[in-house]
Amino acid sequence: MNGVRTLLYKEVLRFWKVGFQTVAAPVLTAVMYLLIFGHVLSDKVQVFDNVGYTRFLIPGLVMMSVLQNAFANSSSSLVQSKITGNLVFLLVTPLSHWAWFTAYVGASVVRGLSVGLGVFAATAWFSPPGLAQPLWIVVFAVLGAGMLGALGLIAGLWADKFDQMAAFQNFIIMPMTFLSGVFYSVHSLPEFWNRISHLNPFFYMIDGFRRGFFGVSDVSPWLSLAVVGSCFLAVSAVALHLLKTGYKLRH
Amino acid sequence: MPAVSFQSVSKTYSSPRGSLRALDAVSFDIQQGEFFGLLGPNGAGKTTLISILAGLARASSGQVRVMGHDVVADYAAARMALGIVPQELVFDPFFSVRETLRIQSGYFGLHHNDAWISQLLEELGLADKAGANMRQLSGGMKRRVLVAQALVHRPPVIVLDEPTAGVDVELRQTLWQFIARLNREGHTVLLTTHYLEEAEALCSRIAMLKQGRVVALDRTANLLAGTASTMLRFKTDQSLPPALAAQARTTGRIVQLKAHDATEVETLLAALRAAGIKVEDLEIGRADLEDVFLEIMQGAAA
Repeated sequence: MNGVRTLLYKEVLRFWKVGFQTVAAPVLTAVMYLLIFGHVLSDKVQVFDNVGYTRFLIPGLVMMSVLQNAFANSSSSLVQSKITGNLVFLLVTPLSHWAWFTAYVGASVVRGLSVGLGVFAATAWFSPPGLAQPLWIVVFAVLGAGMLGALGLIAGLWADKFDQMAAFQNFIIMPMTFLSGVFYSVHSLPEFWNRISHLNPFFYMIDGFRRGFFGVSDVSPWLSLAVVGSCFLAVSAVALHLLKTGYKLRH
Repeated sequence: MPAVSFQSVSKTYSSPRGSLRALDAVSFDIQQGEFFGLLGPNGAGKTTLISILAGLARASSGQVRVMGHDVVADYAAARMALGIVPQELVFDPFFSVRETLRIQSGYFGLHHNDAWISQLLEELGLADKAGANMRQLSGGMKRRVLVAQALVHRPPVIVLDEPTAGVDVELRQTLWQFIARLNREGHTVLLTTHYLEEAEALCSRIAMLKQGRVVALDRTANLLAGTASTMLRFKTDQSLPPALAAQARTTGRIVQLKAHDATEVETLLAALRAAGIKVEDLEIGRADLEDVFLEIMQGAAA
């Protein structure tokens, strides 16, 4: 059990030591989005009744940052260790696949939530979004970060080069987070795109998360919980299986 | 119970171009407390065998045990008993030397290991580098940290995969004194090396691998005794006649010829004189491990 704690500590220390890049930079990016989109779109986009656009946008930006940074943490740590070869220090230890999973995903959750808190602190004073049902905020932030951490673990195991990693991030994770309703309510979309959005698990993460702030959402938070929970379990099962069989780790 | 046991270990790498048999039914035991040498040319399968031992690779068939623990079924116990110094000079650029060693200890469940860490730093001449970031260290210093990392959990079995490749004389001396002491204190040591004089000086028993097979396995003394015991060495600037060149080992100006007894020495000298070869620094000496190695490798080629 102690070994898990050390690996978690090491993974957290790894991103903390380069905090400008891993925490401060994503916070600044989110503030930019808020300033630009909030200014440009505030009169054009209809979201929930009684919720102004900037207020609506803040939780979306917070969750988007949580998800992207949780993914970035486990994936970049693993792929760097694989390419520089220092993963050998971990491979020769008695740590089990459960230990690897817990530590890598745990550190991803810590990174995701740190950035999320930072984004919230930096944007909330523009237009405080309120805390209608705070438990949903915590549940969706942790589950979403966990799922993206596990997804990052899979991507990190699979990728042999930084280029493949970047492709995974830019062609899968980025579009799925951007098209999940961060910047708009899916009800404002044409019927066809509205339906497509409902197939994107990231939509349920953001919708459920937003519920915690405003007490209203596009779909029931319980449906969102079921979708996000199932996705988390499925992705985790795949990640654990890959770790157990030593996929691309133990030849 | 042997410290390390290989039982008909085979490893086949498949690729689109076909399959490569890296190890072919390798079997031998290393007893507790031994200083054991694993020799062989590049590509003989030494690193593959060590990777399987450490759990970095998986055998296609066969069984490997460390202190009685199977490296697959009982991997946690096997890895607790094993400290491996990898061949590649790898490091984690995010941490200092002491952080690296503390973290490595933690992976093995050791959280109050500072006394042993300080001792390791002292023994390996790293004490004044404890706070330095890994990136700032020279190659030799990084190599020392690798050795310390392998020893944080005081493993009974220590594996060194070509630890002195490209390191300076001073480190080699420090390292061997330290490892030899650990061996005297009861640790089992498995060493692969290209420096045959190191293996000859340190290892009590040796296995030689060639193309994935064990081609020799004996006590170092027996290996040395079992082959041509005398070598004729000299220097020359001229090229040898073909009949002599075929049996000679030439390193620059230095020529070595095998001679089993005094009559053969006379025959060789007569042949040199007949060919008009001018010979300097002539000496007759005992065969060393390099001679044995070359003889076995050539013999196994057939």
